Amino acid sequence: MITLIKNGHVVDPSQNIDGPMEILIKGRKIEGLYPKGKAPEAEKIIDATKCFVIPGLVDIHTHLREPGFEYKETIETGTRSAVRGGFTTVCCMPNTDPVNDNVAVTEFILDKAKKYGSCTVHPIGAITTGSNSEELTELQALIKAGCIAFSDDGRPVTNSQMMRRALEYSKIFDVPVISHCEDLQLSEGGVVNEGFVSTIVGLKGIPKAAEETMVARDLSLCELTGGKLHIAHVSTAGSVNLIRNAKSRGINVTAETCPHYYNLTDEAIISYDTNLKVNPPIRTAVDVEAIKEGIKDGTIDIIATDHAPHHFDDKQREFDSAAFGISGLETAFALSYHLVRHETIDLKQLITMMCITPSKIVGLNKGTLSPGADADIAVVNPETIYKVDSSSFLSKGKNSPFNKWTLTGSVEKTIAMGKVFDWSEK
Amino acid sequence: MIQSKDLLGIKELTPEEIYLILDTAAGFKDVLMRDIKKVPPLRGKTVVSLFFEPSTRTKTSFALASKRLSADFVNFSVSTSSVVKGESLKDTALTIQALGADFVLVRHASSGVPHLLSNILDISVINAGDGANEHPTQALLDMFTIQSYKKKFKGLNVAIVGDIAHSRVAKSNIYALTKLEANVRLICPPTLTPAEVDKLGVEVHHSLDKGLKDVDVIMALRLQLERQSKGFLPSLREYFKLYGLTADSVSHAKDDAIVMHPGPMNRGVEIASSIADGNQSVILEQVTNGIAVRMAVLYLLAGVKK
Amino acid sequence: MSKSILDSNDINRAIRRMAYEIIEKNKGIGNLCLVGIQKGGVTLANRLASQIELIENGHIEVGTLDITFYRDDLNTKSEQPVVKRTEIPCNIDDKTVVLVDDVLFTGRSIRAAMDALIDYGRPANIQLAVLIDRGHRELPIRADYAGKNIPTSFDARIEVTLEENGSSDSVILVSG
Ligand SMILES: [Zn+2]
Repeated sequence: MITLIKNGHVVDPSQNIDGPMEILIKGRKIEGLYPKGKAPEAEKIIDATKCFVIPGLVDIHTHLREPGFEYKETIETGTRSAVRGGFTTVCCMPNTDPVNDNVAVTEFILDKAKKYGSCTVHPIGAITTGSNSEELTELQALIKAGCIAFSDDGRPVTNSQMMRRALEYSKIFDVPVISHCEDLQLSEGGVVNEGFVSTIVGLKGIPKAAEETMVARDLSLCELTGGKLHIAHVSTAGSVNLIRNAKSRGINVTAETCPHYYNLTDEAIISYDTNLKVNPPIRTAVDVEAIKEGIKDGTIDIIATDHAPHHFDDKQREFDSAAFGISGLETAFALSYHLVRHETIDLKQLITMMCITPSKIVGLNKGTLSPGADADIAVVNPETIYKVDSSSFLSKGKNSPFNKWTLTGSVEKTIAMGKVFDWSEK
Repeated sequence: MIQSKDLLGIKELTPEEIYLILDTAAGFKDVLMRDIKKVPPLRGKTVVSLFFEPSTRTKTSFALASKRLSADFVNFSVSTSSVVKGESLKDTALTIQALGADFVLVRHASSGVPHLLSNILDISVINAGDGANEHPTQALLDMFTIQSYKKKFKGLNVAIVGDIAHSRVAKSNIYALTKLEANVRLICPPTLTPAEVDKLGVEVHHSLDKGLKDVDVIMALRLQLERQSKGFLPSLREYFKLYGLTADSVSHAKDDAIVMHPGPMNRGVEIASSIADGNQSVILEQVTNGIAVRMAVLYLLAGVKK
Repeated sequence: MSKSILDSNDINRAIRRMAYEIIEKNKGIGNLCLVGIQKGGVTLANRLASQIELIENGHIEVGTLDITFYRDDLNTKSEQPVVKRTEIPCNIDDKTVVLVDDVLFTGRSIRAAMDALIDYGRPANIQLAVLIDRGHRELPIRADYAGKNIPTSFDARIEVTLEENGSSDSVILVSG
């Protein structure tokens, strides 16, 4: 099958392209890029009028929930949600049941992805068995089975010695250790950011220090070991400063943030909407500004979704006992394109942060439209204004605090490994 | 004019609404002084209590208030085990509504539960205490009691002493007192001070003697005894020495200062017996006033057009 | 459209006549007590009492009764009720209590007033004095003493003002 994407404006920072081009796709690969009208004949034409044609988005922080929590999400629904959001690669966190700490689980995930997945799935293995901070997992075996990074996301490595060992041992394979930075004693029982809002709503706060002390610890350990550290979901101004400082000293660290940390402040929680409950918690306006500054100056390398789908029943309940997490894949692009519209960064930087650098961090050949690359492409219309309806998400998780928000910038079509998903036709 | 069908918190009330409740409560206080302590306005209405935390006092007060208004009062008993199992709160609430209740009184350890029920239910939801958020009827009865002694709120110096951080009573009283333009001082150890609480327009003191200087009203709070084991305090003995109301510490307040406590008291922890039983104490009056205030709340909410 | 029905002189004449009737019917004021219904009946009860005291040259007890908690229209009224004071100065057991109100209309307020009064004691008998009886009764209640009977349409409104409450004495019919 030969497909041609025409009438679009191609933006691909990996090749320094920013202009009207046509992209020819042959099977699962990109065949070539051509100036307008110069492409050879194709069997199928994709019209990208008024749209940007960009590399498919890469998310290195996704919770697909399978195995174990199929009522929240499956690999099938999670990857459909991903392509709906313009993502063509997702890296799934190991906090499933059982935890992805062994080859059998990794193989299970990849097998399911092959059979039912809409896009590329790369598993992230656990750092410690059962993510209980006691014994390292067999990194070599897991990497061989297909894991591309390691993390105890959701159950942070409390034992500093163990974190040190993980950062050291992972150097053999040059794989990143992704750290969910949270001091569990400081955050114990907390459900919202500690501050004026936690006082007003009477919910237990999680101080910013719960994140920052662990960011500081991991940066020190990274410096000590020379390992490859990636800090997940940065949410505070203090963390941004710590990372900026570490980078200026040449420490080998990368960092991500998520759309909810630059689109929301904790004041929204006064409504007790449990869709706002996420870990780390939504912080204050000062933090939002610092996160944007970190995005702008490169302190924060990438945008990840931390897509954390939950069943309705896990959310419509007491705030204290509601689950943490936001179903984020289907709103991430528009919420991040907001940064371009408000000139925090330009579109090339956004693509770098959502495609190129994420691929680089986990060592994938994704995030490019160069000839010979996988045909992973997103066609986005930057002008479409629409109202979010979380009930229409393809994800099983309808838990979005952005429900009913009016957003600008829609994903019209996603091509994942040459397969076309088109939502503009209906 | 009460705008909402629900009483979720003092936070949501205007000063005018607070005064209307207090004025209405005065009428009910008169009723409670008569031989026949019952009036008919809520005849045929049903009040259901849904308490996920034990509280004999608040529940009894609401039960009497309901009965004095000729409403039926039913207790929906919640087994603790079903809460732990995570039995849906929503289902329980919808069941109560389907049973034909007109009011549901909810008490829950988790803040925001009354708000959740308010969104689900058409019937009136009354917050009888949620987590560390609010306990509005306690604050209203406290305002009623203060008003009966001090006549006005504007410029009154009120000290709230104790575990402010975990206290919904303190929170509701802070909202009520600041809305009525009283000066509020919080006296508590730094470990039991809520984050950024000064933004609510209150002074924070860590010294009891300084904080009590020239106050008109002293409100003590109950200290949950397990705070000690969680590292908020070294010992109850030290807490009493630093923050316990004694004849000595109370002497820093004005001579005609009144001493209040929402009950139940830990004598010798937050308050000395000599103060609890002393002539400045209005603690038992608070209990009586609680019924009148809760009658006023039920009565006024019954009159809100749905 | 509004129309004046009674002026100051008319009102005073009506009150005087009712005072005589009350004394006459009860053979003096020995066992008598007046209770004005909040809020229109309170001033009227006081005036009626002064008149009776003038005629009889003696003292008569006057109370006020708030019937808010006894009304049957809590859910149907658009405005929330404001509670006023009830003050019954004497023991009403075995007394003759004359309830006083400005306008008698459906009879529901009087029903509520009787319920309220009975919660304060057991009067020997209850009588009713009103300045205006405008008809349209919904309950089997009638006035023992009426200043004036005025047929009205159901939608009309009667406004009674007395000078004790600010402006001058008047009764006005506002057609609905
Ligand atoms: Zn995490």
